[in-house]
Amino acid sequence: MRDPNFPPSRILIYLIVSLIAAAWLAPLAVVVLNSLRTNEEIAQGSMIGWPQHLAWSNYAAAWSGFCVAETCAGIRPYMLNSALVTIPATIFSTLLGAIAGYAVSLWRFRGDSWIYGIVTLGIFLPQQMRLLPWTIVLRDTGLMNTLTGLVVIHTIQGLSFTTLFCRNYYVAIPQELIRAARIDGAGFFRIFWRIILPLSPPILVVTVIWQFTHIWNEFLYGVTFTTGQQQPVTAALIALSAAVADIPQHGVQSAAVMIAALPTLLIYLIGGKYFVRGLTAGAVK
Amino acid sequence: MTIAVSTRPGQPAASNWVRRLPEYLTIWVPLLLSAAHLIAFSLWTIWISFTPSTLVPVSGWVGLRNYSAVAASRNWQIALDNLLLFGSAFVLLSLATGLILAILLDQRIRGENLLRSIFLYPLAVSFVVTGTVWSWLLNPGLGIQKLVHDLGWTSFRFDWLIDRDMAIWTIVIAAIWQSSGFAMALFLAGLRSVDADLIKAAQIDGAGPIRMYRRVILPTLWPITITVIVIQLQFAISTFDLVRALTNGGPGIATQLPALVVYDLMFQRSLLGRGAAAAVLMLLILLAVLLPYAAWRYVQRRRAIHA
Repeated sequence: MRDPNFPPSRILIYLIVSLIAAAWLAPLAVVVLNSLRTNEEIAQGSMIGWPQHLAWSNYAAAWSGFCVAETCAGIRPYMLNSALVTIPATIFSTLLGAIAGYAVSLWRFRGDSWIYGIVTLGIFLPQQMRLLPWTIVLRDTGLMNTLTGLVVIHTIQGLSFTTLFCRNYYVAIPQELIRAARIDGAGFFRIFWRIILPLSPPILVVTVIWQFTHIWNEFLYGVTFTTGQQQPVTAALIALSAAVADIPQHGVQSAAVMIAALPTLLIYLIGGKYFVRGLTAGAVK
Repeated sequence: MTIAVSTRPGQPAASNWVRRLPEYLTIWVPLLLSAAHLIAFSLWTIWISFTPSTLVPVSGWVGLRNYSAVAASRNWQIALDNLLLFGSAFVLLSLATGLILAILLDQRIRGENLLRSIFLYPLAVSFVVTGTVWSWLLNPGLGIQKLVHDLGWTSFRFDWLIDRDMAIWTIVIAAIWQSSGFAMALFLAGLRSVDADLIKAAQIDGAGPIRMYRRVILPTLWPITITVIVIQLQFAISTFDLVRALTNGGPGIATQLPALVVYDLMFQRSLLGRGAAAAVLMLLILLAVLLPYAAWRYVQRRRAIHA
């Protein structure tokens, strides 16, 4: 209950919350500040400090200048790789998940709950159980070390999440709506297009944000199935740290880290509400 | 292929089937691909774990030899010890942090939305990024220890990152920072859904705020607590990126975890059979957490139906 006199206990609450919030923001602040300090300045002091003057050149160097393993094109090609994997895989897995979710929740067919149950097990199966089989599949299809290979992997594996999200959303749509449309002669696709999709924007936003964030941030498959110029940005960051281990360039590295984190951070800033909904969707049901 | 819109009466069943082929394909192909890859990949990895495969998969049967080799290796034993310590410390501390944050945010404070966003933003960032940043902060020559030294307190020591006995705690710190927000979000949702009548009744009985939390509100949160524990444990068991970026298993092999052992066996030492065995062991550890949880959920649901 809000006390008009603002007693000490409330001041204490605000104090504690602000301190924890500052601790939570500190790592971000450190990277942002370091990305604006020169490598020499950081080498003289510590990673934690205020820039003497703003060294924006770190961002230019990180974007298109520094070298990872004999290629000096900065982080740009790897950002492009990540985008070329994340965007198609997000679209495909969301669209297929929406159709699958609609099929198992409203269209209903023989064996629907069985196959749905198996598909959702994919949420729990560790990636390590799929590493060797994917290696064989990618090698035999000639997709090893290609971005297409990563798109295929993320689309198929993403289906477990997208189908679950959409199915849980669609079960709230009254079955009578579908029955009436079928009596009027509407088929599977027409009902999806005319009835289901117009009702779907909220869950599609949640699903797209979830998939984008997860695929962009994914590391294990990227580092296992691609090398050199084909790697997504998460794998390239690790390669960069290893490459500069002898002569650290912490200013440039901080800028690279910021650039790599920016797409998902921006999406979180814009659609945080939907991101949290996705986060809690599987848990509170 | 054209899709007829209406069914003519008396149409033979076969052409009906052909007409609906696109629909069947759209429904079944993605679902079957997903389900089939999960089952086939799991069975294949389990099979490989019983073969003498090294560089390439080969058939043959070695029984449990791969499993005993993995279980006897120092790498795996350290990984298991670390998982036990990391798993319990991380789960308990992130649970406590999340609960405290949720209770604090539940005090009708100003700027709640902003604060919530601050505690949750690490979850939107890749573990590679956060692991890298924490490796700088915790590096004694670069981060917090260096800062304190530069400020004049030169005997200050905070070098867990390069201390074999303490290094695993750096992963605990980073993991708590990254995912306490998740526990907070679930707890906050739980606090907000406590029955208002229950609170009113307790207020009429003269319960103060601390008593209210201990006796009335917190007991309603235990189903959420179990869910949070299970999800955080699942995260702990499969932790890979964070360790790879923060310590890379080091110093030495002091922060080895099961997922790193699997990767090392499969792709660095090319011992596919043993790598698969380690992956199956990881799955078994996960099942030891998930199966009791699934059983508990099943009982809960049955009770809800019968009540």
